[in-house]
Amino acid sequence: MATRAPERLAEVPPGKPAGHHRRAVRRHLVHQLDVKGSPYAYVAPFFLLFAAFGLFPLAYTAWVSLHEWTLLADEQPFVGLENFRTLLADDYFWNATFNTLSIGVLSTVPQLLLAIWLAHLLNRPLRAQTLFRVTLLLPNVTSVVAVVVIFSQLFGRDFGMINWMLSWFGADAVPWNEGVASSHVAISIMIMWRWTGYNALIFLAAMQAVPRELYEAATIDGASEFTQLRRITIPMIKPTIVFVVITSTIGAMQVLAEPLLFGVYTLTGGVDRQYQTLALFIYENFVKLDFGYASAISWMMFVFIVVIAGVNYLITRRSRGGLL
Amino acid sequence: MTGMTAGRTRGRTARRGVPGAPRRLIYLTLTAVAFFSAIPLYYSVVVASRDNAALAEVPPPLVPGGNFFANVARVFDTVPFGLALANSVLVSGSIALSVMFFSTLAGFAFAKLRFRGRNILLLLTVATMMVPAQLGIIPLYMLMVKLEWTGTMYALIVPAMVSAFGVFFMTQYLSRALPSELLEAGRVDGCTTWGLFWHVVIPVARPAAAVLGMLTFMSAWNDYFWPLVVLTPENPTVQVALSTLAAGYVNDYVLGLTGTALGTLPLVVVFALLGKQIIGGIMQGAVKG
Repeated sequence: MATRAPERLAEVPPGKPAGHHRRAVRRHLVHQLDVKGSPYAYVAPFFLLFAAFGLFPLAYTAWVSLHEWTLLADEQPFVGLENFRTLLADDYFWNATFNTLSIGVLSTVPQLLLAIWLAHLLNRPLRAQTLFRVTLLLPNVTSVVAVVVIFSQLFGRDFGMINWMLSWFGADAVPWNEGVASSHVAISIMIMWRWTGYNALIFLAAMQAVPRELYEAATIDGASEFTQLRRITIPMIKPTIVFVVITSTIGAMQVLAEPLLFGVYTLTGGVDRQYQTLALFIYENFVKLDFGYASAISWMMFVFIVVIAGVNYLITRRSRGGLL
Repeated sequence: MTGMTAGRTRGRTARRGVPGAPRRLIYLTLTAVAFFSAIPLYYSVVVASRDNAALAEVPPPLVPGGNFFANVARVFDTVPFGLALANSVLVSGSIALSVMFFSTLAGFAFAKLRFRGRNILLLLTVATMMVPAQLGIIPLYMLMVKLEWTGTMYALIVPAMVSAFGVFFMTQYLSRALPSELLEAGRVDGCTTWGLFWHVVIPVARPAAAVLGMLTFMSAWNDYFWPLVVLTPENPTVQVALSTLAAGYVNDYVLGLTGTALGTLPLVVVFALLGKQIIGGIMQGAVKG
């Protein structure tokens, strides 16, 4: 970013009469103020609004988590770490943690592998390139509510499209909603359907920046396409992979709408809490107006996110082309 | 390897991609993926144009029927869908305009103006993109109660008026697309910084700002959780109205999917028309990530 300082352009021309001079000085000061001050004025709206509606709530969550805080009571007694102590002994919390991790792994891992592969397929001159890209992003344009409403129908036990297709192969009707594994698979498929294409496009963007000469040389050396993907493409787009892995992890830890709507709006995530995620557990306590407890769960979730994102960061950055 | 020789003969300039792999298989795979991306939406239209009895048939119906408008009328009778559409247009439009404006403004400062602390502030902006938004939702709700904004569109618009992604996106674009010479020429002509922003920066920023606006509009339109928390079913956005439909009429799939089709199709149409630019924007923003 080679920006030259524009201040010098308005220097006062020397040797002018006194009145002129004073006006020139004032103009110079105004100009200085404009040049020095306006950058801050221009970035200020972002930082002020972010501080008020992003940062403050985040920090305040920590404060609330140390209190017995409900919207109904007038007083919010300070209870220290009591909420956290209760939380660590709460089976529902660990159940929600397990479900979040399980759905997270089931949805993220196949999704990212598929996205890299699709990007690889798209990374060549193709007819109808734009059409393919647009249809890839179509699921992402669909709202999460729409996705779950549609897929709940598809995953229906008696009249669902998916069980109907499974019946071709002689399979019994699967009650997708009832089991732990089946509901996790169903929810993961919804998440994958919505995000695979989006991530594929991001990988594709990175792949297009890889110098073509590398592939030409590899082709001459007789490297297969899969080897090229493994030894050239993936190491070259490593920063993008790290970025996508981290954003996907953060997203997966916050999954809420899918289990909420898949369970037809029950806050428990199924009758036996078989697919209640952490975010849904927070919402359940929020609706009960137990803000202190809900805030404590929020902070535990934040700790999980930081730890898991950090571990993923280290794993993806360390491995050298050995992702596949 | 036939693919390799084919690539060779076509010459260097025509060959942007990786050589190899049989073409037909690639087209087949991509077509299959396109099919699976489109089929759920298509199916929602099929169901939306049928009645509930048709869904119980085996095999399920695969082509649209003639019941669509009757179902649409039912949706409008069940939830305030007109109001929801108006609210969603108002909220998404205001957020998109506001994000476009403030992102261009801050992007201009970060990309082309010199000031102390610029790098650290820019780094801070990027870091805020990593903060999980859901964590602050409880105090944010308490704040809305204090401001007496719950149930109103202010609660949706004001917290979303700026976006770290937008600032980053416009910074990237302007540092590439806005020639510093143009700004200096403006200075020589006696333009203030604000004048430069208005007369030089905005015309240059327009294409990227438009893409940012569309992306923001789409994500605001589809935002679900926060509107669900602060709004009431009487004054909903499209997504809140949809979830009322889906939750209250569990066995009425036709009603739920008609609402879904109604709430999704406007966006899909816009996307089909402007998809190329939107995708270009996503991919541009991605490389630097």
